[in-house]
Amino acid sequence: MTHPAPHIEKPKGTVAAIKKLLGKDLVGVDEDNGELALHVKRDSLVGVLTQLRDECEYQQLMEIAGVDWPDRDPRFEVVYFLLSLTKNHRIRVHVTTNEDVAVPSVTGIWPVAGWLEREVFDMYGVLFSGNEDLRRILTDYGFTGHPQRKDFPLTGYVELRYSEEEKRVKYEPVQLAQDFRSFDFLSPWEGADYVLPGDEKVIKSNEPPRGTPPQVNDPKTTEKPSQTGAGAAANAEAKKRTVRKPKAVKE
Amino acid sequence: MNLQQDLAPTTGDEVIENYTINFGPQHPAAHGVLRLVMELDGEIVERLDPHIGLLHRGTEKLIEYKTYLQALPYFDRLDYASPLAMEHSYVLAIEKLLNLDVPLRAQYLRVLFAEMTRISNHLLNIAHHALDVGAMTPGLWLYEAREDCMGFFERASGARMHTAWFRPGGVHQDVPLKLLTDIGEWLDDRLPRLFEDAMKLVVDNRIFKQRNVDIAIVSREDSIKWGFSGPMIRAAGIPWDIRKSQPYDVYAKMDFDIPVGTRGDCYDRFMVRVEEVRQSIRIMKQCLQQMPEGPVCSDDRKIVPPKRAEMKQSMEALIHHFKLYTEGFKVPAGSVYVATESPKGEFGVYLVSDGTNKPYRCKIRPTAFSHLQAMDFMSRGHMLADTTAILGALDIVFGECDR
Repeated sequence: MTHPAPHIEKPKGTVAAIKKLLGKDLVGVDEDNGELALHVKRDSLVGVLTQLRDECEYQQLMEIAGVDWPDRDPRFEVVYFLLSLTKNHRIRVHVTTNEDVAVPSVTGIWPVAGWLEREVFDMYGVLFSGNEDLRRILTDYGFTGHPQRKDFPLTGYVELRYSEEEKRVKYEPVQLAQDFRSFDFLSPWEGADYVLPGDEKVIKSNEPPRGTPPQVNDPKTTEKPSQTGAGAAANAEAKKRTVRKPKAVKE
Repeated sequence: MNLQQDLAPTTGDEVIENYTINFGPQHPAAHGVLRLVMELDGEIVERLDPHIGLLHRGTEKLIEYKTYLQALPYFDRLDYASPLAMEHSYVLAIEKLLNLDVPLRAQYLRVLFAEMTRISNHLLNIAHHALDVGAMTPGLWLYEAREDCMGFFERASGARMHTAWFRPGGVHQDVPLKLLTDIGEWLDDRLPRLFEDAMKLVVDNRIFKQRNVDIAIVSREDSIKWGFSGPMIRAAGIPWDIRKSQPYDVYAKMDFDIPVGTRGDCYDRFMVRVEEVRQSIRIMKQCLQQMPEGPVCSDDRKIVPPKRAEMKQSMEALIHHFKLYTEGFKVPAGSVYVATESPKGEFGVYLVSDGTNKPYRCKIRPTAFSHLQAMDFMSRGHMLADTTAILGALDIVFGECDR
């Protein structure tokens, strides 16, 4: 480990102890980048977090984050960040959900979850059953939509201005003086997997996408000088140059 | 006489109900745009509902549309009272995902300036907390020292507040030697003189104590349950400091103490911050003593752009510069949560990368969220005038709270 980010020692036997404790509620564990992330079943979330708090000494809930993965089913991921003040360790607990299925609220375990869940609800529209005060928190009074979803446009749908005629602030549909342009600047040779504008004219639908190497059934190899296709004159010339010939490899 | 008695509110079977008042969103003691809906019984606060989000600018959404480097200046604009501490979490998160090594001098410079940020933040908060409870002079005096900090930031980065000086891989530019010697002299003489002078006015002041001691006592259990961090959890008596327990950059080499409170009231929170300023001075002095010579940025040319002088000579450097400022660098897919000890508490960044040049998701953990949420139970049963003391001791900045 060379990076200067906060140094966190994992207490010995943590993973085994958690696996034993949670049993079937635990769907998966990953330890990428030296951080412990637990994927648990949504319905058993409250039980799991209570166990982690009471028996594994993860006393504090620091944050709840939502992540939107439109290609996945279920679409949303809700991440709980726990901190142990006594063991000096952090873990993340992930659950998944979609627009309709509510996640059990953890306000009964940590009162701080109230606002954190309100924020995830406001930004993603994830519902939390049991949170008695699930109002919007960061967006304006009367706002519609959930701005952190990936399908919500960066510019939003409405804009605000003060109307001199009506002597009040009013919302109007957003009008852009210039179309919104999003460049990803990815190199077309590596990384970009989309069709560049104009390419649709030359690429036929049954062709593989740009960047994939052509598929060949029997690849052409060159084993003998006669196969080089250079012609008799070149082959004869190559034979003459015995001095520069590389050492033959014993088979 | 009869008439007056008849009109008195307690006569007859009239019942006086609680009434609700609106505090803010524009109020000098709200430390920004905060709206508090307060239910009062006479002058006693019965219920308090903070309405936030008036400064919500969609930072997290904007970051998803920017490259990693372009997203950095947004962090200065979160907690504008301690901009470098905000950048610190973000650059460390990127470095953790990239597993990027940072030269030692850069780490010392970061710690030096992060601590200066802590001093300037605490000077502001101490000044405003005192001002909120009626002490005007310390505020004016402390602003003088804070102005010095701004001057140092400007000499290092060119900007007084929105510095964008910490970069993934180190810091943007090296500092001149004269700046370091000036900081050393300032720490030895001017800052302690100004600071202790101003503190003499408040810490033992009878009125200041009357307004703060035993106001909004938070127990250890409550501070854990409500997700407190930073000076708030330390004032409750828990010696928790991420700089000590999970050291980043060169904090492991620093010798400093963690002040803790004994009662968990507003006065303790104030005094923890006062002592933290003194400890930050200690850390900065050690940084100046130990700081080695050397590069201030990683030499990984796929992450850190080359120097301009190099670009005049080398084609490679020119290509790297062009690529880094258009496409940016790519970060391997994965996710990290990096939390640092910002002056206000635990400031975390949860960074999810999908392997491209832009963050897939950047969740910012503000310190103010959990502290402000607790204000409801902290204020209950206290007088209306105490809410300003409580709010002052929370140390809230709305740029960070609302994002």
